[in-house]
Amino acid sequence: MPTTPTKSSNPIPNKERIKMPRQHMPEQPAQVRNKLFTEVNLGYSAELARQEALRCLECAKPTCTKDCPVGVKVKDFVQLIVDGDFLAAAAKIREDNVLPAITGRVCPQEDHCEGACLLCKRGESLGIGYLERFVADYEQQHFDPSTIVKAPPTGKKVAIVGSGPSGLTAAGDLVQKGHEVHVFEALHEIGGVLVYGIPEFRLPKKIIREQVDIMRAMGVCFETDVVVGRTVTIDELFEEEGFDAVFVGTGAGLPQFMGIPGEHLNGVYSANEFLTRINLMHAYEFPKFDEPMVDFRGKNVAVIGGGNTALDAIRSSLRLGAGKAFILYRRSEAEMPARKEEVKHAREEGVEFQTLAAPLEFLDDGKGWLTGARCQKMELGEPDASGRRRPVPIPGSEYVVPLSVAVMAIGTTANPIIQTTTPGLATTKRGYIQADETSQKTSRKGVFAGGDIVTGGATVILAMGAGRRAASGIHQYLTTGEW
Amino acid sequence: MFKIVNAQFIAPGIKRFTIEAPRIARKQRPGQFVIIRINEKGERIPLTIERSDPEKGTVNIVVQSIGKTTNLLNSLETGDSILDIVGPLGKPSEVRNFGTVVVIGGGVGTAMAYPTAAAMKNAGNRVITIIGGRNKDLVILEDDMRTVSDTVFVTTDDGSYGDKGLVTDKLRQLIDNGTRIDEVLAVGPIPMMRAVADLTRKEKIHTMVSLNPIMIDGTGMCGGCRVLVEGKSEFACVDGPEFDAHRVDFAILVQRNAMYRDAEKRSFEEYKHECELEKQKAAAQAEPVVIGAREGK
Repeated sequence: MPTTPTKSSNPIPNKERIKMPRQHMPEQPAQVRNKLFTEVNLGYSAELARQEALRCLECAKPTCTKDCPVGVKVKDFVQLIVDGDFLAAAAKIREDNVLPAITGRVCPQEDHCEGACLLCKRGESLGIGYLERFVADYEQQHFDPSTIVKAPPTGKKVAIVGSGPSGLTAAGDLVQKGHEVHVFEALHEIGGVLVYGIPEFRLPKKIIREQVDIMRAMGVCFETDVVVGRTVTIDELFEEEGFDAVFVGTGAGLPQFMGIPGEHLNGVYSANEFLTRINLMHAYEFPKFDEPMVDFRGKNVAVIGGGNTALDAIRSSLRLGAGKAFILYRRSEAEMPARKEEVKHAREEGVEFQTLAAPLEFLDDGKGWLTGARCQKMELGEPDASGRRRPVPIPGSEYVVPLSVAVMAIGTTANPIIQTTTPGLATTKRGYIQADETSQKTSRKGVFAGGDIVTGGATVILAMGAGRRAASGIHQYLTTGEW
Repeated sequence: MFKIVNAQFIAPGIKRFTIEAPRIARKQRPGQFVIIRINEKGERIPLTIERSDPEKGTVNIVVQSIGKTTNLLNSLETGDSILDIVGPLGKPSEVRNFGTVVVIGGGVGTAMAYPTAAAMKNAGNRVITIIGGRNKDLVILEDDMRTVSDTVFVTTDDGSYGDKGLVTDKLRQLIDNGTRIDEVLAVGPIPMMRAVADLTRKEKIHTMVSLNPIMIDGTGMCGGCRVLVEGKSEFACVDGPEFDAHRVDFAILVQRNAMYRDAEKRSFEEYKHECELEKQKAAAQAEPVVIGAREGK
């Protein structure tokens, strides 16, 4: 989409803007927040936001937009912040991104818009994520449902399977084109991984609820407690419920384990279970909430893995009172897939990083409870298929760490429920759904898919990108009838 | 919200609920289960589907009061609602004509065994049912089982009804009498299922058990319900809940199900305490109001 040129009201010459420092995100002090589940980042004030917005170089060909998976018109919305018209800035973002309060918090901007920002060459990039968060929060505080303009109805019905980032994005785009949109969610809350996977201190549930409420006001229908494939099949959605197209965004699937001895011990969790207990089920508020969690207070806790999920889990452990919390990662810190900001936050909060190490076996107390892990040190060898240097075990380097809780955050495999209950839906060798990279079309007419169920575990913004492409593919299919 | 259209105790501490859940009622197959959540602060627990009525759009669940959630659920009455019910989950039972099938239900497990017994009968099997209970009162669904079985045996631990002894004693007797058994399904407490597995393993009779590990989402996402099946991790919610009894590591299942015992105890104690306070409050309110004691309302 071409960027609409707008006239800038920024009075500062470009060569001065380059010298302006990036405005820091106010945050809770590390030693306070590591005991609380309340949000770490506190958000820009209007003044800070405007100060930061003034740094934008207003490039003629903005690389930030080009590198954004959903194509947010960064320059335009930042100029509207400079103008002080925050609601217009929010509306500008919303043209391309229906979940700005969420991406403003969890998107790895350094890999996308901010990584592409020209200011990087001279210092620090524009705080695009922080600015996005600011306008989205401002919009939520000043949200007026009567301002929503609904598109004339097309008479077409679309089912969205899964209410995670890809599903919500597709739903938002499709409802804005006038289609009737129903979102089916297996769990009891809307949001998918945003709700069960990402902790409160990074993405408060209230924010998700408010974003979902905005989508409800836009006309999206939500139905919880529906496991598509079990409660209703995709064929039934077409044949019996009158849907014209279906988007499958069921997300990452079954948690992986290492297959080492002792993984069934009490105290060994998958990251999905651990985070679901805390985030979706509020186990950290037990017994006010009924879902229990093992007692973390004063205990040694290790999370195995180096991604954002691993960091979410270990930082949650600290908040549950862990005495010592550490990451066990088999490569070095440079290869860690987690966001830099999360690593920094985790370290400030007291997380230790034991890199180049992996568990070989979990040890028990003879009564079924975890007491430790026998680990092995690694060194980096030749790059593997992922392009990262492969960890190679160092002979004779074994050591034992005492542990009460271990959380496996080493990725997921495809959940088979949709694939096995939808005849004719082609899958990859690893069981993910095959989908076209531009239209997100699957092998089944009228069925589109995107997000982790197609790519395997990725990020919120990549899933949202897929949701956008699917929405446009679905719109085209529904308006032309051509497959 | 899902409305309870009928709620009745069928044995001491065991209640049958009929819940309006049209989507689930349409799709339920024998062997499948649901997950329920009573209220905003509630945990998610898996429960047996005893039967469903697709026309009326209702499913029946049978619940035994054990901890906080089951006690709270069993305090609900006709006309009340629960916040969430999701399903049908898990793979349906494998139903075909095996020949002679022995269906064993222990305690509240009989409710889960019942729809499979009925389906086995429909598939042309000779169905021999063994229902076990601690005592006469805890033998449930006997009449229902009789309508779908060729023969029904009842055993009680204390001999207050049927034969005194365990379901495995009866199974042993059947085998010793030379009864040809092609398939066994056992649903009940873990020690019972394990004992059945030990017996039929020796006799080389294929046996399925329906497992009840700790579970949260029920769709394969969390992995909390993993069971060790011949040394391999399988998820009861997507790969089960029924597994080949001879391949299941029951010791691990027992150990993992005990993971939250302390928390469960604490939850239940606090619940009982709250109930007691409620009762006292209700009693106090029922007492005649002393004039002047409540000035200005």
